[in-house]
Amino acid sequence: MSSLAPVSQVAGDPAVHPTPPAPETQKRSWTAYLLLLPGVLWLGVFFILPLVQLASVSLQSRYPGFPGYYYRDLNFENYVAALTDYAPHFARSFLYAGMATLLAFVIAYPLAYAMAFKAGRWRNLMMICVIAPFFTSFILRTFAWSQILADEGWVVGVLSFFNLLPGGSIINTPIAVVAGLTYNFLPFMVLPIYASLERADPRVIEAGGDLYANGFTTFRTVTLPMSMPGVLAGTLLTFIPAAGDFVNMELLGPQRGKMVGNVINDQFLAIPGGYPVAAALSFTLMAAILAMVFLYVRRFGTEELV
Amino acid sequence: MATMTPTSPSSSAYRPSAAKRAQLWLANHFAMLSAILVLLYLFLPVAYTFAFSFNDHGKTNIVWQGFTWEHWQDPCGVTGACESLVTSLQVGAISTLVATVLGTMMALAMVRYRFRGKQASNVLIFVPMATPEIVMGAALLTIFVQGFSNIGIDLGFGTIVFSHIMFCLSFVVVTVRARIQSLDPRIEEAAQDLYASPMQTFWKVTFPLILPGILGAAMLAFSLSFDDFIITNFVSGNENTFPKFVYVASRRGIPAEANVIGFSMFVIAVLLVVGAQVVSSMRASKYKS
Repeated sequence: MSSLAPVSQVAGDPAVHPTPPAPETQKRSWTAYLLLLPGVLWLGVFFILPLVQLASVSLQSRYPGFPGYYYRDLNFENYVAALTDYAPHFARSFLYAGMATLLAFVIAYPLAYAMAFKAGRWRNLMMICVIAPFFTSFILRTFAWSQILADEGWVVGVLSFFNLLPGGSIINTPIAVVAGLTYNFLPFMVLPIYASLERADPRVIEAGGDLYANGFTTFRTVTLPMSMPGVLAGTLLTFIPAAGDFVNMELLGPQRGKMVGNVINDQFLAIPGGYPVAAALSFTLMAAILAMVFLYVRRFGTEELV
Repeated sequence: MATMTPTSPSSSAYRPSAAKRAQLWLANHFAMLSAILVLLYLFLPVAYTFAFSFNDHGKTNIVWQGFTWEHWQDPCGVTGACESLVTSLQVGAISTLVATVLGTMMALAMVRYRFRGKQASNVLIFVPMATPEIVMGAALLTIFVQGFSNIGIDLGFGTIVFSHIMFCLSFVVVTVRARIQSLDPRIEEAAQDLYASPMQTFWKVTFPLILPGILGAAMLAFSLSFDDFIITNFVSGNENTFPKFVYVASRRGIPAEANVIGFSMFVIAVLLVVGAQVVSSMRASKYKS
């Protein structure tokens, strides 16, 4: 996912080399293990070990009559409960996240394209503008959307004026949730697409025009395929956090019909004795997402990912 | 790219009609116009946050009620706002420092060396980025509550920092790795040909060249840590970070003081980023001349 990091590439830096070093320049040494060790240990203790514990919790049982106390077990009932009771929540999570990803792609692409090919000296400024909203807490910005989309707000006013809003409101509906997810993860779509377009040679695109392809054909057959690694990274970086999110649903969504993230959060933090089922839900969510990522990368993947 | 701009026709024989010219202009600038619209969309909620920091609100800061400077004069006037901000800054600073050092070391190993287990290390670095935050938060909560609490580690400041270092690490590695990969290895070889020791080569040649990448990674790590809510909410116990403060407050309306703090952080960050850009472009032009 090296296309994530366009920020550090400074134009005109003499040290930047267009092609990566050939493999024979790589050394073999114990130094590599010394350099890796602290980071790998950290990920081992604070990523792998917790996941093992989560797996173990997902199979634990409660002590009857003592909410919050569990014993080690192989209770697969938790998974049955997770998949049967909460199947609609999973479906909503993937549906809303999928819609948000698609919308983010449609919104992000023209911006990334303009930054890569049209912006000229404004390029760095536009890059800052894409990243800058991140620095206002995302909860503050999501809350701002609840004000913008409120029934008394101008968005609802304009849409109602043109009779485009049959329900009469946006806030507390799934539409607001999808809108919030789209907004919050948009920069994760813009940056990788921009990075892969920026690497593309504009002369190749011009050649499409020279060969009498019209603008759209050039885009479809030349530009879009060249940006595929970025599109791939961007869709993953948008879909994964969106599928696990619960804040947008909590601040913008309806009271009923929550997403799986809300269930996991509530089961862990609000409902006594909810740990095992919540752990089973978390594990199922992770497995589902990893499986999708794996299939997706195999279908569209390049070596640039990972 | 455009050899003939429609506003200044170079040939007097062909002069397109006004409608045609407007169409051409639109086709030429379509991408840029939509980009500007998207940027406005990105900034719309920030503008709302700014505007409502001046709201003379009663109990809830949801509807506009009148203008006041009051909240800007005393942003710490609400209990917990500034305390949580200080906690967030401390967590961000420590996590950024540790994650950047560890991540840079890993990135160097991944690019510059061949070793057994490289593919496995790659997967270990990638999977945390492909795991939803809620799953990481849940997993960390179970290990902290059911495992580490037995050895005297309770939920609080420490567990927040441990968790933030973990999820920042992978992002640091990919950012720094991209920078190292773009370096010409012959520069380092030249240093060694001139009898520099490996240590000298690293500190005098490699490190200054990858420094922009490291700084970029550190900034990314800090912003990820500073804005994290989902994982923090699981592992923080009674400790309050700024996003957690805002989220808890949102149930009954976020006080305008939080808007003041949030918008000020935005301004400070933008100034820092712009400053860094100016410095790096000055450096680049110095090299060129």
